[in-house]
Amino acid sequence: MTAQKSLLHAARWQPLELVFWVMAFVMPYVVGQHALIINEIAIVALFAVSLDLILGYTGIVSLGHAAFLGFGAYSAALFAKHVNPDPLLGLAVGMAASTVLGVVCSFTIMRGSDLTRLMVTLGTALILLELANKWGDLTGGADGLQGVIMGPLLGQFEFDLMGQISAWYSLSVLFILFVLARRLVHAPLGATLKAVRDNRLRAMAIGISVTSRLAVVYTVAAGMAGAAGALMAQTTGFASLDVFALDRSADVMLMLAIGGVGWLYGGIAGAVAFKLMYDVIANITPQYWTFWIGLFLVVLVLVGRERLIRPWTWLGPSRGEGAS
Amino acid sequence: MLTLLFDGVAYGMLLFILAVGLCVTMGLMNFINLAHGAFAMLGGYLTVALMQRYGVPFLMCLPLAFLASAVVGALLERTLYRSMYKKPHLDQVLFSIGLAFMAVASADYLMGSQQQIMQLPDWLRGRTELFADTPFVLGMGHYRLFIIAVCAALTLGLQYVLSATRFGSRLRASVDDPRAASGLGINVNVVFAATFAVGSGLAGLGGALGAEVLGLDPTFPLKFMVYFLIVVAVGGTTSITGPLLAALLLGIADVAGKYYIPKLGAFIVYTLMIVILIWRPQGLFVRLGGKS
Repeated sequence: MTAQKSLLHAARWQPLELVFWVMAFVMPYVVGQHALIINEIAIVALFAVSLDLILGYTGIVSLGHAAFLGFGAYSAALFAKHVNPDPLLGLAVGMAASTVLGVVCSFTIMRGSDLTRLMVTLGTALILLELANKWGDLTGGADGLQGVIMGPLLGQFEFDLMGQISAWYSLSVLFILFVLARRLVHAPLGATLKAVRDNRLRAMAIGISVTSRLAVVYTVAAGMAGAAGALMAQTTGFASLDVFALDRSADVMLMLAIGGVGWLYGGIAGAVAFKLMYDVIANITPQYWTFWIGLFLVVLVLVGRERLIRPWTWLGPSRGEGAS
Repeated sequence: MLTLLFDGVAYGMLLFILAVGLCVTMGLMNFINLAHGAFAMLGGYLTVALMQRYGVPFLMCLPLAFLASAVVGALLERTLYRSMYKKPHLDQVLFSIGLAFMAVASADYLMGSQQQIMQLPDWLRGRTELFADTPFVLGMGHYRLFIIAVCAALTLGLQYVLSATRFGSRLRASVDDPRAASGLGINVNVVFAATFAVGSGLAGLGGALGAEVLGLDPTFPLKFMVYFLIVVAVGGTTSITGPLLAALLLGIADVAGKYYIPKLGAFIVYTLMIVILIWRPQGLFVRLGGKS
């Protein structure tokens, strides 16, 4: 097989993927009482996919991805409150705002070691958190931005309390952006990104402009995270400081760790697994669920994801250090 | 004005003692340990519990906090951390943040989520004012004075150990180039285990000292993780003067920022950090020639 053919082959839609998406869209109809959690899963899945673009395809470890989520959420909520309650317009505004922020921030992640980048991304999220906290007149400060009332979707579908419309709305946005992201990583741009991730020096040597590629993908990922934030604000009618918190960034990393990085469905699978796990644990011990999440993280890393999801290999000899 | 500077220095010294262990582990094994604050919290809670429940005197608690944290650090190093050194940074971040989460929830479970109050002995309370009638009034809380004294003594001790003892030169060699060091017959693993234990112990001591100044509740490891990491990232990991200066800078900037522009709060510190890191990605005070 030539290189071109193998790349094209990898980019082709598999029947299983289609089945998955059809099922996802049928879900809110079949289990209508769980539509709210489906909506939440779709949103965090979008967030996880956006982080995967950065983490899985360029290898940048970011602890501050919540910055874009929160920025999108606040932009969309403020837009809906003060300018126009149309959801799609608000979504576009949230995405645009986060994209602009992503362009600015992409300059900060080019240099230095992993630690430097970790700190810079974390610092960005913390600065936004401080701003949202202190700028109470606009953002509502620690109380959160309340009273966001959304108009009907496409002028027809009112958001209902059951959350079915929200779930379909979020799923549709997730699907569209996922298709775009899928297109992106299978395009030549995506191939060069993987080259940059695997060996930056060699990628530079064969003529890939590393800085501009990183900037592009960082911006795209920021925009997607902004869309997730906008969806979150719109479907809950609320934006709180919590969207910028470190927990958000850590949670989304955990989702990717569960689902696997460098694989777009990893974000979705991780989001589903994480949300369900969270639901179960939080029902049992509402106060101490972080302990179990932490324990899970430690075990996950120590054992290795590859082994953890394949119980039949637990007794065999350990192979390959640091598989994920 | 001078009072602020004084408080900032005390705060910075405290941060330095808390973070110095992190600097060495990061420099030595290139390991990103986000759970470092958990050791500090352990020291803090141990001190509070010993003083309140068993009436142990404060001065006695400090070495105990150091010892306990060091032992726990050594145990964790032998059992859990060791297998993480060769893994990618993403795994290290996930692993240590998981540990931090566990520590937070455990502290919540064992001690309750409220802020712990530390009963200082009488001779550490109170305040002395120098130059009281001049514009340069300097008010020194006795406890802060005590912190500065202890931390300065520790810093000098560390500097002595690093620069003038055999262990120190082994440690420096291992930081500069672990492979060459082990080729010269230095057992890098032992050096590292010892350093990790001492670093954790210092964090525990810092946590015990700082419980009154920084506040102690179960979210301590996550709240101050950022500060420790700033010290390390800005100070660089190749010396201890770098982190010391970075910690002092951070302490003074934080105290002064919160006093003069309270509305912006921690904003100044984070902005300063980002600007410094964009300007000097390897940290402000980097010695050339080591591995980087």
